[in-house]
Amino acid sequence: MEKTIINVHDLKRDFRMGDEIVHALKGVSMQIKEGEFVTIMGSSGSGKSTLLNIIGCLDSPTSGSYEIDGVPVNKLGRNELATIRNEKIGFIFQSYNLLPRTTALENVELPLIYNNKVSAQERQKRAVNALKMVGLGDRMGHTPSQLSGGQQQRVAIARCLVNDPVIILADEATGNLDTRTSYEIMALFQDLNKKGKTIAFVTHEQDIAEFSGRTIVLKDGHIIKDEKKQRIMDAAQKLADLPKEDDE
Amino acid sequence: MKTRLLNLIKIALKAIVLNKMRTLLTMLGIIIGVASVIAMLAIGEGSKKSIKDQISSMGSNMLTIRPGSDMRGGVRMGSSETQSLRLDDFEALKEKATLLAYVTPQVNGSGQAINGANNWPTTIYGVNPEYLDIKVWELTDGSMFTNLEVRTAAKVAVVGQTVVDNLFPNGENPIGKMIRFNSIPFKIIGVLEEKGESNFGQDQDDIIIAPYTTIQKRILAIDYIQAIVASAISEDKAEAAVDEITTILRSQHKLGVNEQDDFNVFSMDELIDTFSSTSEMLTVLLVAIASISLLIGGIGIMNIMYVSVKERTREIGLRMAVGAKGGDILVQFLIEAVLISVTGGIIGVILGFGATFFIKSILGWPTIITTYSVIVSFAVCAITGIFFGWYPSRKASALDPISALRYE
Ligand SMILES: Nc1ncnc2c1ncn2[C@@H]1O[C@H](COP(=O)(O)OP(=O)(O)O)[C@@H](O)[C@H]1O
Ligand SMILES: [Mg+2]
Repeated sequence: MEKTIINVHDLKRDFRMGDEIVHALKGVSMQIKEGEFVTIMGSSGSGKSTLLNIIGCLDSPTSGSYEIDGVPVNKLGRNELATIRNEKIGFIFQSYNLLPRTTALENVELPLIYNNKVSAQERQKRAVNALKMVGLGDRMGHTPSQLSGGQQQRVAIARCLVNDPVIILADEATGNLDTRTSYEIMALFQDLNKKGKTIAFVTHEQDIAEFSGRTIVLKDGHIIKDEKKQRIMDAAQKLADLPKEDDE
Repeated sequence: MKTRLLNLIKIALKAIVLNKMRTLLTMLGIIIGVASVIAMLAIGEGSKKSIKDQISSMGSNMLTIRPGSDMRGGVRMGSSETQSLRLDDFEALKEKATLLAYVTPQVNGSGQAINGANNWPTTIYGVNPEYLDIKVWELTDGSMFTNLEVRTAAKVAVVGQTVVDNLFPNGENPIGKMIRFNSIPFKIIGVLEEKGESNFGQDQDDIIIAPYTTIQKRILAIDYIQAIVASAISEDKAEAAVDEITTILRSQHKLGVNEQDDFNVFSMDELIDTFSSTSEMLTVLLVAIASISLLIGGIGIMNIMYVSVKERTREIGLRMAVGAKGGDILVQFLIEAVLISVTGGIIGVILGFGATFFIKSILGWPTIITTYSVIVSFAVCAITGIFFGWYPSRKASALDPISALRYE
């Protein structure tokens, strides 16, 4: 009865490196339903980013089929993929990828600039709301260099929220952050998930995976484990439990 | 779609503003190019106009008829060799031509003008009183000789200022004085208004004018005439007057249909054309030089656009990741290139106006800024921007989002 947002079947992705062919994905099938919070785990080089990039329509599979929100993506051209990315996907990167020397507000507005359906007025309104939602209502005029890593990642999260995507994809979103800030970000994700957002979260850190309801483990381009968890850690709680001066 | 374009313009503008110094340096080529095109064209136009004006001031309706077969634009043969122009021809024109306001025969000889111990080599022109009307020439002192004095071959003369200065170095009034030209005595009855140097570098005031009859009989001992000078009733009738003169003289000379003209009619228009084309050539040369700096400016833009695209590869990747299409990226960078070139163009135009003003006021050269030179250099700027911005922009738009995002 829940809507299937992501549906991949027998996905393969080969990279040509000179004479060698790297099989990054060797036949991955899975589904993500609306409202799910999925963590994709695996050691470095296991194919997590490759899978997420394909799901995010940034990359195309060598073979296999993929539907997002009921739309088969295989046959789409560059421009149509851009539209899908714009309207259905919110991407969050490990290195934030904010535009330098550009205010938080303008950074958050960015996806809407490429959306003809949204007026300038509406654009600003939505960006302000998104920034408030991530707790940066008072930092809208700051540029990335004036913000901490955690704050920059919050701006990036706000940016992925403005287009009201069907799924949020995060690739090592806490990879550059210390434990405390990571928990803060995870608390934010949990909060967004409670509000109904579907999230796929890539990480190689075991403790970060504790915060989601489902974990998919990749190894050498295969899914080796896909399990639902009964007990989900509450990031806000874990944050409160941290010693006051945590140096890590 | 309109707001989307507006957004792309804003993005491009922002990139330019964030890199003010670099943008300005990039613009420099365009600025110098446009400024020099504007200034060069202004100089070219100005000198063309001043040549035209000077020729016109010599009498723009003036027509000159010389003996000899067709040698238009070629070398003039010694007029003494051809004697095909006679007084009858002048009288026929005087009588039959309807498009001529004034007509005079013309003979001339060179020699020494002498006043006591002062002598001066000059040219004496034998004409009738209408000569001054044709040449649009006034007297500053005395009077012109009369038709009666022409008929009686009186030994009277009107002299130019250069002759006055050389024969009367002490500033005496030359009117009423006797001078000798090739040992023939002439009484000075008038002084011509000073005209200065002509565009051909000739001193127009180095001249003595006397009745043509006197020159024919006393100086040259000939009965033919060397030229007929006339003026058309108006400038726009000059061409028709040439035809009329040709018709009259052909029948006068009883030339058959297959026979060539044994005379030539020159109008001032032709002279103007000759000189305009020379200065046009100069203009083309100047513009060619200026265009080279525009080209260099364009290459500068291309260079900086490449750097810009390279530097902002991650930004391009991000824009694509959040939904920018290749076309959006292409247009964004193209707008940036065009903004740089057009802004450079605007500054260049302003600088060109300044340079032109400087040339006019400091060097005293004649200059004219034409609207077309401004429009053309502006259009060239925009095209330069598109042309040289195209390839780098195209490259940016073809980037693959993931590799762009990963770019270090
Ligand atoms: N663009 C690429 N060209 C060549 N090989 C690649 C490329 N992207 C990823 N790979 C290879 O694919 C495999 C999976 O990479 P990736 O999905 O980035 O792993 P993870 O994100 O799990 O660390 C690795 O062996 C990696 O070297
Ligand atoms: Mg990765």
